[in-house]
Amino acid sequence: MRTVAVGVKLSLVDQTKIVTAASELARNTLVYGGGGEVEVTRVHNDRRAGIRIVFADQGPGIVDLDLALTDGYTTGGGLGLGLSGARRLVDEFDIDTEPGKGTTITIVKWCR
Amino acid sequence: MPLSPDEARRFAVLLESHAEQLTARWTELVTRSLRNRLSSAELQRQTSDLQRGFQQAFSGGATDLGDGPADELRAQLSELSNSRARQGFNATETAVSIYAFKDALLEVLGDQSDAATLRDYVAISGFVDRAALFTFDSYVRIRESLIADQTEQLLELSTPVVKLWEGVVAVPLVGTLDSARAQVVMERLLQTLVDTSSPYAIIDITGVPAVDTQVAQHILKTVVAARLMGADCIISGIRPQIAQTIVALGIEFGDIATKASLADALRHVISRTKQSGR
Repeated sequence: MRTVAVGVKLSLVDQTKIVTAASELARNTLVYGGGGEVEVTRVHNDRRAGIRIVFADQGPGIVDLDLALTDGYTTGGGLGLGLSGARRLVDEFDIDTEPGKGTTITIVKWCR
Repeated sequence: MPLSPDEARRFAVLLESHAEQLTARWTELVTRSLRNRLSSAELQRQTSDLQRGFQQAFSGGATDLGDGPADELRAQLSELSNSRARQGFNATETAVSIYAFKDALLEVLGDQSDAATLRDYVAISGFVDRAALFTFDSYVRIRESLIADQTEQLLELSTPVVKLWEGVVAVPLVGTLDSARAQVVMERLLQTLVDTSSPYAIIDITGVPAVDTQVAQHILKTVVAARLMGADCIISGIRPQIAQTIVALGIEFGDIATKASLADALRHVISRTKQSGR
């Protein structure tokens, strides 16, 4: 992941941000989603390159998304900043979840 | 498929009568596959031991590798995979040491167009296959235990607690901080604080590539634990990218002193020590 981030020429700060966000989300996938899949791809739009990471699990899903995205809310023993913090670390954050079906989170970080 | 008692008897005789030829050919094949990384005298000894092991298993009436008379042979195979694993040979090179026995056997079996000879060969080669698989299994087991040992050593090595100044200890953290390492760090730091009766501890995270909420939580817990013991904790080595990430994540370090470099942290501690006259 760090390799791809370096490959699309993200700055050191952005590399660290995307790696940290990925670490948070991957942990959620593992701890709350019971494991799942992660896909890392390079993306391009008209002007810039970027990195997109998709985290998908077939876990219990998130019942109250607003609550889950509140700073300091956790059902585990963490700080409750992982999901909300990860959203602040990336440029695009898309979450698709349904109770009982699982959760898919897509994040994108663009080069500046 | 296990051998019949009759086959086992015949193989025992076969192995005994061709002992020298078998060992010589087997040693030659193994030496070639290991590309002379072990001396031929050593291999000669190993193969002749193994050849004797097989022979004794057969003459003892072993029809399968798990049988009582094959105990000695299994012990030899474990010993072989143990030494191969520790000498750094790979899995193929280890398994080949046993498989080569089949090639050697084929040469001593005699007329290969004879159906009975071929049936014998299939039977004994099945037995050798099981022996090779057994070797392979124990090879993997030994490698796993080596890895487990190394992981433990790495854990110990990667978390030194050093005395930086009179009354100041430092923990330079390098690499990712998972729960197991965080636990070791905390234990060592607290123990060192007691042993050196130091009032100050510096946790340096220059070598930590990324600080996410879990890493931060581990560090915070360590600081709180040190404070409970009356020591002041300073976190140093916060690089610009880490600082920005921590802010974006919304992690609060509260009233814990943080510094950009270890030198700053040490200066901070020394000036505090002077002020308080300690």
